[in-house]
Amino acid sequence: MSTSSSSGLWSLLLVAWLVALLSSLSALFIGEVMGQAPCVLCWFQRAFMFPLTVILTIACYRSDFAIWRYALPLAGIGAGLALAHTLLYAGLIPLPIQPCTATGPSCSGAGMTIFGGVPLPMLALFAFALIAILLLVIRRRTAP
Amino acid sequence: MNRRTLVLIICVVILAVFAAAAFLYPRVIPPQPSQQAQAPAQVPAEAPNGSNLVRFHSPVFGPAQAPVTIVEFFDPSCEACRAFYPYVKKILAENPNDVRLVLRYVLFHQGSEEVARMLEAARKQNLYPQVLEAVLDAQPDWHDDPRAAAAWAAAEGAGLEVGRARADMHTPSVDAVLETDMQDVKAVGIRGTPTFFVNGHALDKFGPEPLRDLVRSEVAKARN
Repeated sequence: MSTSSSSGLWSLLLVAWLVALLSSLSALFIGEVMGQAPCVLCWFQRAFMFPLTVILTIACYRSDFAIWRYALPLAGIGAGLALAHTLLYAGLIPLPIQPCTATGPSCSGAGMTIFGGVPLPMLALFAFALIAILLLVIRRRTAP
Repeated sequence: MNRRTLVLIICVVILAVFAAAAFLYPRVIPPQPSQQAQAPAQVPAEAPNGSNLVRFHSPVFGPAQAPVTIVEFFDPSCEACRAFYPYVKKILAENPNDVRLVLRYVLFHQGSEEVARMLEAARKQNLYPQVLEAVLDAQPDWHDDPRAAAAWAAAEGAGLEVGRARADMHTPSVDAVLETDMQDVKAVGIRGTPTFFVNGHALDKFGPEPLRDLVRSEVAKARN
């Protein structure tokens, strides 16, 4: 593999990692600093974004492009969850009525937006999809 | 620059930015470890004490002497309560002589208290059902707004005299209603809204259909 194509690949990996890192820290900031408790679907998406951050950090550090095999399933499942959450939020798929509790917010309720109206589930979907696409490009370019 | 150095630098810089942002973020909303959250995980099974469920001060829909009483622990700013409202209304309409509904307030959210007080004030103007329906209809617009501006607008649209209501809503009698209701919320162990009791029996499954079935069986029992 030539150095130039390796460096192009590495930039893709770097972007994927940065997207995962920013998403994870944003989730932590909104949850822990702004004090907005995550709903159930948010937790599931976190469960797939946080490990992506860790393994992509190591992959960037080691220039390990085989990481797509491990990271792509995480990004894919996360994107699926975020898609479901986005549809739920938009009211396109119905949800059986869930009781409101004192602590847990609903997955489609208010306070799910940021920057004056961008819905958080849609941002998550965008992040997961972007990471998945970058990993797919890496996969194609590293294919023998 | 070496890739490894770059990765390390990015890690350090971004974590530092995060720490600084977390430190500098104005803490307007301190995380509220609400008392309900710390209460022992207690599932409301059979009501421990009938008097915790029905109080004389509570708003009642339907005939006062009805043999079947639905008690709904109700949070005006809870979207599940809003979603349940048409079903509860339908159950009452199906059993005009046998079922009454008693509403108890649960104040779990910002804005809940403001609207509960407004509803109590609406009761004094004999506009309770109208204002209740109007604020539930407008709920997405005032949900989690502590001042519930959109709820006031909706209530005014339903005919509420806002000036009088604002004066009525902070009277000691309204304070007492909310205080008693929240004490009963704790006593009964309500953890989510809406929570229903039909003649003191809790729902074994959450949902409009289980509620309807339970009401039906209690009505059948009462007729025998």
